[in-house]
Amino acid sequence: MINGLHRLFDTDRWFRRTFSHGIHPTENKHFTADKPIQRFPFAPELVLPLSQHAGAPSEPLVHLGQEVLRGEPIAKAAGFMSVPQHAPATGVIKKIELMPTSKGPRTLSIILEVYPGDSQEVRYAQERDVDAMSPQEIVQAVQDTGLVGLGGAAFPTHVKLSPPKGHSVHTVIINGCECEPFLTTDHRVMLEQTDDLILGTRILMKALGAKNAIIGTEDNKPDAVEALKAKLPEDGSISVEMVRTKYPQGAEKMMAKSLLGVEIPSGGYPSSVGLAVFNVSSTAQLGSLLPQSRGVIERVVTITGPGVSKPGNYTVAIGTPIRFLLDELGFRGNAQHLILGGPMMGGTVSSLDVPITKGCGGVLVLTEKEMQGQTASAAYPCINCGKCVETCPMHLNPCHLGKLAYKHRYEEMADAFQLNDCFECGCCSYVCPSGIPLVQYFRISKASNREKAKAS
Amino acid sequence: MSELILWIGSNLAGALVFMGGLGLVLAGVLAVANRKLHVAEDPRIDEVEEMLPKANCGACGFPGCRPFAESCVSGASNPGGCTVNSTDMSQFIAEFLGVELGEEAKRVARLACAGGTHVARMRAQYTGLKSCQAAVVTGGGGKACSWGCLGLADCEVSCDFDAIRMNRYGLPEVSEEKCVACNDCVEACPLDLFSLQPVNNRLWVACKSLAEGDEALEDCEVACTACGRCAADAPEGLITMVNNLAVIDYARNNLATRLPIQRCPTGAIVWLEGEQADKGLAAKKIIRKDPLPVGLDPDPTHLNSSP
Repeated sequence: MINGLHRLFDTDRWFRRTFSHGIHPTENKHFTADKPIQRFPFAPELVLPLSQHAGAPSEPLVHLGQEVLRGEPIAKAAGFMSVPQHAPATGVIKKIELMPTSKGPRTLSIILEVYPGDSQEVRYAQERDVDAMSPQEIVQAVQDTGLVGLGGAAFPTHVKLSPPKGHSVHTVIINGCECEPFLTTDHRVMLEQTDDLILGTRILMKALGAKNAIIGTEDNKPDAVEALKAKLPEDGSISVEMVRTKYPQGAEKMMAKSLLGVEIPSGGYPSSVGLAVFNVSSTAQLGSLLPQSRGVIERVVTITGPGVSKPGNYTVAIGTPIRFLLDELGFRGNAQHLILGGPMMGGTVSSLDVPITKGCGGVLVLTEKEMQGQTASAAYPCINCGKCVETCPMHLNPCHLGKLAYKHRYEEMADAFQLNDCFECGCCSYVCPSGIPLVQYFRISKASNREKAKAS
Repeated sequence: MSELILWIGSNLAGALVFMGGLGLVLAGVLAVANRKLHVAEDPRIDEVEEMLPKANCGACGFPGCRPFAESCVSGASNPGGCTVNSTDMSQFIAEFLGVELGEEAKRVARLACAGGTHVARMRAQYTGLKSCQAAVVTGGGGKACSWGCLGLADCEVSCDFDAIRMNRYGLPEVSEEKCVACNDCVEACPLDLFSLQPVNNRLWVACKSLAEGDEALEDCEVACTACGRCAADAPEGLITMVNNLAVIDYARNNLATRLPIQRCPTGAIVWLEGEQADKGLAAKKIIRKDPLPVGLDPDPTHLNSSP
């Protein structure tokens, strides 16, 4: 309540832009917002799924018993819609086998045994002059870094840098909203890796031939905006903008709407309206990796929640099992519920052996106390209150979609009610007074439609 | 003429005459259209459809009973293709049409998993929507074996013939008598554990885990570890080991005997006789009173909980 009043009397806020609909979940960022990024120790064994990104799984380049150096490529991209992978630590390849992943089914993974005595220096760096590279060279170099969208979708970055023919990008949006409750990864990256972020932005602008770039953040991170403003280039091509704090501001369609007032058409790409949206963590990684020809081997992860004894922001090697993270940091109370990513869109994990992958920006541990009554069996029938319709940022009708899903009319949902525009932000489930797990219904519907499309 | 129009427009009798006349004219148009546009259809189709069970289950391979009736009348299918109808009724249709009955080999749905709650471990407790499909999109559900039956009864719900019942270990049990091989459970199972098998395929591998031997056993007591004993005991080529799993070549089903199941250490390969799944003599006898605890670690307190 106090929080809300504060929002009301903030006169600057009245003039800040936003999108329509959306929700204000409790932010819970205080756990980790002021904790500087620390390096996490290496786990004795790293698990590297070959499919950490959207697109085709990478193809392994290593064999059993092979010694690899930190940063050495261990898997190559399988085509354009794929990225290579690099060894996150110096060690030896122990196994290549099926391992559990956060999505559920086991996927082929490389298991790397880390040498505990090694200094773990990156020996695979090679300086190169980014200014002398052509846009095509940059796109290829970005693919070689293995960079994907670190905000969660894990979409290969180089694919975004090659817009379809006829599309030209005039503005690059760097997305620093981080609207998910609890997560502070992007916030800390903006504060601590500002130089890399600006350099990354310039590389992206060069690759796309864009004239402008806007770094957009929510107004709950004024310190990040100050830090960025101090480092902006003189020519004014990059600007920083604050938008209102509202969930899901961090979705790319909401960013385009709030910052520029343009709507990305249904089923279209941001490039169809001249935009390209990148996450700040991805951009900062790009700025630090590309000039040295390195690959993605680690990322910043917020490990937080009431169930963690030492919450914080940590640089974690890709492939570190969650079990190791939680062993090191310690549980508090009765840890009940583990979520990879934020509480709104993140996925529940069913196994502690699941590793941190490139797209995972947070580990959230909730205890029994938070989970009380949070089961689907507590769902009541829909009372047609329309709250979900009022909050859906895509202006869909979740209430009606939910009823169709209940009757297994999945194809009708996609054909007549734009199911595929739903990006599963979870606003509808969050506000539903009947506790209907709407997003879960939609995920089932989409999965069923995908399967049908594959079969035909 | 204008007086007539005025009369029609000014009183109730006129309205009645006008509407009645309009009805007569339109009825005439319909009568003519019915004659001119009439599609000649074999009247036997309707009669055969009447004799079919109208379950519209699709087991015959047609979208519903009427297309099957059409196919029967045209001679492309035999009445025996309907797995739901009683033999007497199918015989009656065959006599009516003057065709062969055409026996279909009886097929039933079979589950390639035996990991009930008494033998298969859980990694986590799934509390979401009570549906296998929902569990699959939520981190794959809580089962340690990612190929195994989740036990949330999507198949039981999908079965229109009451042929599938969840047993007390959370595994679906198929009644061979009631199952009409309509394929609904095959489509409902998100893990593709069901398949339609001819009843005389008695040798059956009740496991789909592709995990390596010891790991498969860690997750489930009755997993196939691909030890190869069944393949060694079976006639050449009947059983092969593919991706850590025993696979039976049903093209050689006539060679199948009870012999291959005898030395199976976990009882993953079974001999199905009636509703009974017979395990080999070497299969370990599992006796457990309660479901296995959640979590792979016998001691969940190993995670240092700090104050």
